[in-house]
Amino acid sequence: MYSLTSSRLMTGNEAVAYAVKQADVDFISAYPITPQTIIVERLSEYVSSGEVDAEFVPVESEHSALSACIGASLTGARVFTSTSSQGLALMHEVMYIASGLRCPIVMAVANRALSAPLNIHGDHSDIMGSRDSGWVLIFAENPQEVYDYIIQAFRLAEHPEVLLPVAVNLDGFTVSHSSEPVAVLEDAVVRSYLPRNPRPRLEYEEPSSFGVFALPSHYFEFKVEQERVLRRAGELVEEISRAYPNSHGRLVKLSKFNEDGRIAVICMGGTTGTVRHALKHHGLEDFSLISLKLFSPFPGKELLEALSEAEGVVVMDRATSPGAALPPLASNVAATLYEGGVSLPLLSVVYGLGGREPTLKMVLEMLDKAEERLRARGRAVSRMYLGYGGGVA
Amino acid sequence: MSRRPELLIPIVFEAGNTSLRKVANWRSNRPVIERRLCTNCLICWIYCPEPAIYMDNAGNVQIDYDHCKGCGICAEECPRKAIKMVMENV
Amino acid sequence: MQVSKLLDLYGREGLSPGHSACQGCGATIAVRQVLLAAEPPYIVVSPTGCLEVISTPYPYTAWRVPWVHVAFENAAAVASGIEAALRVLERKGLGRRHKIIVIGGDGGTFDIGLQAISGAFERGHDLLYVCYDNEAYMNTGIQRSAATPIGSVTTTTPAGKRERKKDIVSILVSHGSPYVATASPHLWKDLANKVRKAQSIEGPTFLHIVAPCPRGWYYDSSLTIKIAKLAVETRVFPIYEVENGKYRINYLISRPRPVEEYLRLQSRFAYLLRPENAALLEEFKRWVEERWNQLLKLAAAFPP
Ligand SMILES: Cc1ncc(C[n+]2csc(CCOP(=O)(O)OP(=O)(O)O)c2C)c(N)n1
Ligand code: SF4
Ligand code: SF4
Ligand code: SF4
Ligand SMILES: [Mg+2]
Repeated sequence: MYSLTSSRLMTGNEAVAYAVKQADVDFISAYPITPQTIIVERLSEYVSSGEVDAEFVPVESEHSALSACIGASLTGARVFTSTSSQGLALMHEVMYIASGLRCPIVMAVANRALSAPLNIHGDHSDIMGSRDSGWVLIFAENPQEVYDYIIQAFRLAEHPEVLLPVAVNLDGFTVSHSSEPVAVLEDAVVRSYLPRNPRPRLEYEEPSSFGVFALPSHYFEFKVEQERVLRRAGELVEEISRAYPNSHGRLVKLSKFNEDGRIAVICMGGTTGTVRHALKHHGLEDFSLISLKLFSPFPGKELLEALSEAEGVVVMDRATSPGAALPPLASNVAATLYEGGVSLPLLSVVYGLGGREPTLKMVLEMLDKAEERLRARGRAVSRMYLGYGGGVA
Repeated sequence: MSRRPELLIPIVFEAGNTSLRKVANWRSNRPVIERRLCTNCLICWIYCPEPAIYMDNAGNVQIDYDHCKGCGICAEECPRKAIKMVMENV
Repeated sequence: MQVSKLLDLYGREGLSPGHSACQGCGATIAVRQVLLAAEPPYIVVSPTGCLEVISTPYPYTAWRVPWVHVAFENAAAVASGIEAALRVLERKGLGRRHKIIVIGGDGGTFDIGLQAISGAFERGHDLLYVCYDNEAYMNTGIQRSAATPIGSVTTTTPAGKRERKKDIVSILVSHGSPYVATASPHLWKDLANKVRKAQSIEGPTFLHIVAPCPRGWYYDSSLTIKIAKLAVETRVFPIYEVENGKYRINYLISRPRPVEEYLRLQSRFAYLLRPENAALLEEFKRWVEERWNQLLKLAAAFPP
C-alpha cells in the first residue's frame, strides 16, 4: 500500500493545498489571512494553471467565503475553504448555518490568536470560539497529518450518514509554515478514495427549499438530530480511515505514546510533537502522551479506555475560556472522567497563547512540576500557565 | 435516483406545499365576482398577493376561498368593478 | 420573449398560496410577478426578512422552485457560490447551470447585505438581484433602514426619519452592472419584461421594486397597488433603467401628482404632514425633485 505514495517536501499549508487539489475539489472560496494565506495562494495557482478543475471565488470577506461555500455545497459540489483567527471569528454566524444545513464543507484552520491585542501567531482560541457550532473538529500535528486528514475529511463530511462540515486544524506557523517530507498518494488513488455520493441539492427539476424557518415545534428536534449525526460521524471515523489507502496516515481519534506511564498528558496539535520528544529523549517513563486528533465529537469512550490505568492527568489547552470552570479541552476531559465515574487528579495547563511556543525546556519543567502538583492537590483540579511571565506560573 | 437522505434534515422537499394550509380564517370580507361584469381579464389575478385567483376549465376567473385572505386588492383594481367585498359573517 | 399580455404569464406561478404574508402584502405581489416572468431553470436565494419567514414555516414551503436562505447579510455571497459551483459542475458533467435570482428586502440590500452585493457585482457573477423595497425592516417590527424615506415614522424613528433614502441604483450602476432598473408591481408588464431583460444579460443585474407594505406603512390592505401607482406618479419612485450606463426613463411623469396624495394615504407620514413639520415635508419634496431632475440630466447626458 505504501508504494502508492511518493514523498514531497511541504509545509502544512502546502500539504493542505496539495490534498485539496488531489481531492478533485469543485469549488474554493477563501479570503487571505496570516497564517493561512499560502493555502489560498497555492489553490489559486492550481486553479489558474488548470491543475485542478475548480472555481476559485475570491470573495470580499470570510463571512462571504463561508456563505459562498454553503451556496456551492448545496449545488452538490465538493467545497473547500480555509481561514484563521479574525477570519474564523467573522465566519462564526455562518458556521452554525453550514452545519445546520448539513453542508459537507471541508475547511482548514491555521490556528491563530484572536485580537485584542492583535497577534498573528499560533494558538487555538479561534477554533475554540466556534467549538459548539456543530462541525467535526480535527487537529493535525504535522504536515503529514494535515495532508492525510484533509483527504479523509472529505470522505467523512460527504458520508451519506453524516453530511456535516469538517474543520482540520493546524497550528499557525509551527505546522502551517514548517516544511517536512510528506508521503503523498497518487492522484488516481485519492480520487477513487473519494467517490461522489448523491445528496439533496438545488435543482430546478426537483425543487426543494433549503434554510427554512423552524418554529419551537420543530427546532429542538433538528438540533438534537444534528448532535446525533455528529456523534455518528465519530463512529464512522474508523470506517472511513480503514479505507484510506496509506495505512500510516489513517485518522484516529487519539494516539498514545508511552502507554505505561502513570500520568497521562493530553495535548492537541503541533505541541504534541514537543511533548513526545520530551518523553522519548529524557527517559520520562512515568508519563504517557495522549495526542487527541478528534476534538469534536469528543471521543469520550476512547479517552476513558486510554486513561484506564492512569493515576493523574495533565491537560494542555492552547486557549483559555475566561470565566469558565476550565479551558475547553480540560473541561471536556473532566466531564468525560465524571461521566465515566473516574476520579483522577487533573492539572489544567494553559500554554502557548499568541505564539509563545512551549520549548522543550518549558515542557520538561511542566512535567517536573506536574507530579508534585497532582500529588499535592489530591483529587482536586490544579492550574498552570505554561510559559506565562517567561516561565511556569 | 433519489437524493433524499433518510435523515431528519431541515429541507422541505414538497415544493409549494403551503397550498395545503388554509388561510380562509384570516378573512373578514370575501371578494365575490359578479360573473355578468367579469371579462376574465386576469387583472385581479396579477395583483393578488396569495395568489387566490385562478381560471377554471371554462376560462372563467374564480376566487380560491381556501387561500383568499380578503385583502380587497382585487376589488379595488378590477377595471370592470366586477368584484364586491362582502362581510363574511352576514 | 417579450411579455405582452397576462396570459403570457398565467400558469407560471413560482409561489404557492397558503404562505403567511399579511393581507395585501406588496412584497409578495412583486415576488410573484418576478417569478411569473422568470425564465427557467432558475434558483432563488433569499436573505432573512419577511419574504423568507412568510414563505417557509417548516414543514411547509410556498416555493415551487428551488430556493435557499442562509442568513441576513450574505444572500449575494451565497448566490455567488451557487453560480460559480454550477459553472464547474456543468463543465465536469455533474450538474448544469441555472439562472440565479436573489430576492431580498431593503434591509438585506441597502444595509447589512451591501458588502456582499458589492463583492458579487465587482466579481461579475451572472445573477439577477431583486430588491423588494418596503422601506424598513418589517420582519423585526418596522425599524428604519437606509431605504426609509425622509419623514417616515418607524419604531426606531418615532419622530420621522431625518436622512434621505440611499440611492441604491447609482451604487450598482457605479459597480459597472450592465443592467440596473426600477419597477413597480402596478406596472406588471414593465416589471415582467425587465426581469426577462435582466436575465438575458450576462453578468450581475439589479431590479429595485417598490413594495408597499400595509402593515408598516399603515394603510388599508386593499390600497397596495394604488399606493405603488401613486409612488410612481408623484415621482417619489421613478421608473427607469440603466443599460450599460445609458439611462432610459420608462415612465416620464410630465405632470406629477402632488406628493401629498401619496403621503396622505399612509399613516407612517402622518407626523410629516403635521403643520409644525412643514420644513421636513419641504425636505421630502426637495428630495423628490432633486432626484427627478438628476435623472432627467442623466437621461439627457447618457441616452440609450
Ligand atoms: C445578522 C442579523 N442581524 C439582525 C437580524 C434580524 N433581522 C432579521 S430580518 C431583519 C430585517 C429585514 O429587513 P428587510 O431586509 O428590509 O426585509 P423585510 O423584513 O422588510 O421584508 C432583521 C433586522 C438577523 N436575522 N441577522
Ligand atoms: S379584474 Fe375584474 S374583470 Fe378582470 S378577471 Fe378579475 S374580476 Fe374579472
Ligand atoms: S381579496 Fe385579496 S387575497 Fe382575496 S382574492 Fe382578492 S386579492 Fe386575492
Ligand atoms: S410586514 Fe409588510 S412586507 Fe412583511 S409580510 Fe406584512 S405586508 Fe408583507
Ligand atoms: Mg424591508
